[in-house]
Amino acid sequence: MTDAGAREIMLDIENVSLSFGGVKAITDISFDIRKGEVRAIIGPNGAGKTSMLNVINGVYRPQKGTITFKGRVRRNIQPYQAAKSGIARTFQNVALFKGMSTLDNIMSGRSLRMHRNFFWQLIHVGPARDEEIAHRRKVEEIIDFLEIQHIRKVPVGKLPYGLQKRVELGRALAMEPELLLLDEPMAGMNLEEKEDMSRFILDVNHEFGTTIALIEHDMGVVMDLSDRVVVLDYGRKIADGTPSEVKSDRAVIDAYLGVARQEAR
Amino acid sequence: MSEFDQAITDTFPKLILTNARTRGRRPAMRRKDFGIWQSWSWVEAYDFMVALAAGLRRLGATRNDKIAVIGSNRPYLYWSIAAAQCLGAVPVPIYADSVAEEMAFVLDHAEIRFAIVEDQEQVDKILSVRDRLPALQAILYEEKRGLRDYDQTGLAALADVVASGRESLKEPGGAETLEQAIAQGKGADTAVILYTSGTTGRPKGVMLTYDNLIASARIGIAFDGLSEVDEIIAYLPMAWVGDHVFSYAQAIIAGYCVSCPENAETIIQDRREIGPTYVFAPPRVFENLLTLTMVRMEDAGRLKRWMFEHFLGVARKWGEKLLSGDQVPLAARLHYALGDTFVYAPLRNRYGLTNIKVGYTAGEAIGAEIFSFYRSIGVNLKQLYGQTEASVYVTMQPDGEIRPDTVGRPVPSVAIRLAANGEVEFNGPGVFQGYYKDPGKTAEVKTADGYVRTGDVGFFDAAGHLKIIDRAKDVGKLGAGGLFPPKYIENKLKFYPNIKEAVAFGGGRDHVACFINIDPVAVGNWAERNNIVHASYQELASDPRVYELIAGHVAEVNRALAAEPQMAGAQIARFLILPKELDADDGELTRTQKVRRGFISERYASLVEALYDGSPSASIRTEVTFEDGRKGLIEGEVVIRDVAVAVPSPLEAAA
Repeated sequence: MTDAGAREIMLDIENVSLSFGGVKAITDISFDIRKGEVRAIIGPNGAGKTSMLNVINGVYRPQKGTITFKGRVRRNIQPYQAAKSGIARTFQNVALFKGMSTLDNIMSGRSLRMHRNFFWQLIHVGPARDEEIAHRRKVEEIIDFLEIQHIRKVPVGKLPYGLQKRVELGRALAMEPELLLLDEPMAGMNLEEKEDMSRFILDVNHEFGTTIALIEHDMGVVMDLSDRVVVLDYGRKIADGTPSEVKSDRAVIDAYLGVARQEAR
Repeated sequence: MSEFDQAITDTFPKLILTNARTRGRRPAMRRKDFGIWQSWSWVEAYDFMVALAAGLRRLGATRNDKIAVIGSNRPYLYWSIAAAQCLGAVPVPIYADSVAEEMAFVLDHAEIRFAIVEDQEQVDKILSVRDRLPALQAILYEEKRGLRDYDQTGLAALADVVASGRESLKEPGGAETLEQAIAQGKGADTAVILYTSGTTGRPKGVMLTYDNLIASARIGIAFDGLSEVDEIIAYLPMAWVGDHVFSYAQAIIAGYCVSCPENAETIIQDRREIGPTYVFAPPRVFENLLTLTMVRMEDAGRLKRWMFEHFLGVARKWGEKLLSGDQVPLAARLHYALGDTFVYAPLRNRYGLTNIKVGYTAGEAIGAEIFSFYRSIGVNLKQLYGQTEASVYVTMQPDGEIRPDTVGRPVPSVAIRLAANGEVEFNGPGVFQGYYKDPGKTAEVKTADGYVRTGDVGFFDAAGHLKIIDRAKDVGKLGAGGLFPPKYIENKLKFYPNIKEAVAFGGGRDHVACFINIDPVAVGNWAERNNIVHASYQELASDPRVYELIAGHVAEVNRALAAEPQMAGAQIARFLILPKELDADDGELTRTQKVRRGFISERYASLVEALYDGSPSASIRTEVTFEDGRKGLIEGEVVIRDVAVAVPSPLEAAA
């Protein structure tokens, strides 16, 4: 674990509120994500966790508050702009191209980094070809990293759920993001798959230095993986700190952990 | 061979040097990495070997040091073996899937000074037991991933050691001293220590010399005419004598190229891409390939299924005869050729056996049907009988004399005799020097006149072929006095694709009873087709319809046993299906996937009792070990089924 407090702030969220009509999804939340840390966002169902991720990568526009990414205040950003600025994400329900192979799915993650235009790609000679080879190499490194060589050519729709999640992580990594948002990366996995995924998340963090924000329900995973945890409940922040601080926080125990523990154990 | 030739070809480093000089540009090894087959020539192999040897020397490695090599099949790890041998150090390959505890025993017993390992997983295992290994000086790892934040004392990246070795070779006299060290090696030196996985007790370190390995490897090369144009895939554990001979010794002597698969799960695809000419696989691998085919055929369309079944019938009738070069009528030849176009060739292609010249299976008995299936579709599959203590070869099947139930004739220069109790003993050039630091065990196994007791009971049939029945210590007597060969019975059961593993009991008892492990793939598919819903192995294993299915197989085995006069008494009276798969991590199987009968009968003592006290079910509560070493618990009720015992057919009863 790293000393997160000493690092520079990558993403700063200040007094953000988001509502849909009369429904308040997020109310006056502030927290930051520091460079190189693993930051967990936890909370009971409907606490506003996924909304928070959607705010970070530009899907939702908050009515109030400011978001500062890499020192610059962001306004009215579109998801593709967020992606271009170095934010990648995976989804709670796997969102892959089911009919395409693992390789092609991960390759699609490189599209923002391809510079040759459509016609160059079409004739597929010279620079366009060199570019594709370079991208393929990068994709192969990711395939190697995630140990999914055996499913390289298999259509993603045919894969078991745990592997699909891994492919989705691969596609996010293909963007070479600075900030990686993971929405319940272990949902629906068995113990072994969870352990594999945990190892991959830690390895991404260590090997590539990628900053990670993750939403997760499995408390064991959260406590083991993250440097700092922010806890939401009914759209409000109720705690923020290291896993051990959060674990012993009265409000958190009342709102969340007490219940979840009984479920989990 | 002249004396001069002997002097330059009596150790593997010298042979690699010879290869670099005579066939330097030919590929020595390949490995699929990042989706592409990368290859290394013999010159590159030699360069790497000497650079690593020089690097090891700089770290202080010297003659007779023991150097462990742990990981999956990788070019760098094979060359690490050669690099150790350059210095006169003794490489000790260790099973990469051993848990830390097993590894600690070997590392400690062999007094390992350096360990060359594949990745973080192996480093972690060794570090967890390091305080018990006073001799261990450094761990060298190939893959850096995950090891960045480790305390680097006593750790080094293999690449860094090689780089430092390259530097030291440039220093004055650096290259010369290394060449001298290589020249100093002799054929009578210990080349390698291979720890046998041991169906009982602690592993034993089998010491083999260069002379042993080279002589034995040459037997196999001559027998099947292997040369530098052959191709093989290295995917079996490096610590196993078979891999050491096929992927290391024979590759270096014959000069053929060894390809390493991308990872453990891509072997079938990788084999298809390489198209090996020389294949070795335990029966399990051939069984799995066939099971996968059968499972897929169940889902195929009607026309395809008809074609498949029709032509397999033709193959059954004529295929083996064609392969053995027997007389076959022209019409049958044409029919077979048609089948070859539509079914056999595509099948061989699927299995990656299109270019196969000869394939071997050994280690366990192979099902007669499985064996015949491969031969009938034109794969020259043969059996051999070997041991670590023999540097592999004891008997082999010559072309044209293939039978599924024997292991062939003694190989040239190996002598075989049978002891009074039927135990097979052999002597030959490959006979090992002894067990490392265990003269007591060595004396138990080696006779005064140099023969090795195999521990297997067997006999020669009329044609002079050896037939192995079972392990000598396992062959028991039934209460009634009949013979009880457990493995013989288990193998008969295991030949059914639905049965993955079986453990028979009966020594000193009135009747035979057994545990059965169902095959999750085959039975799972069957269950799907029959709308049997199941969420886990345990659930599937306890389903009454699955019991019904297995009971059918057991009854058939009983009929087969009844047909053999000596075995009629050894029919299976009761069986149960275990709620968990037998696993090497739980100590139930050896690392080479053989059942450890004694251990299993202790662990499941309550179930064994229930098999014999007539109760209709028994309760079980047992620990399982997950891959990372954590424990879990399995508990439940296990149903026990009675099976009717077949009466010998009247014909035989009369005879």
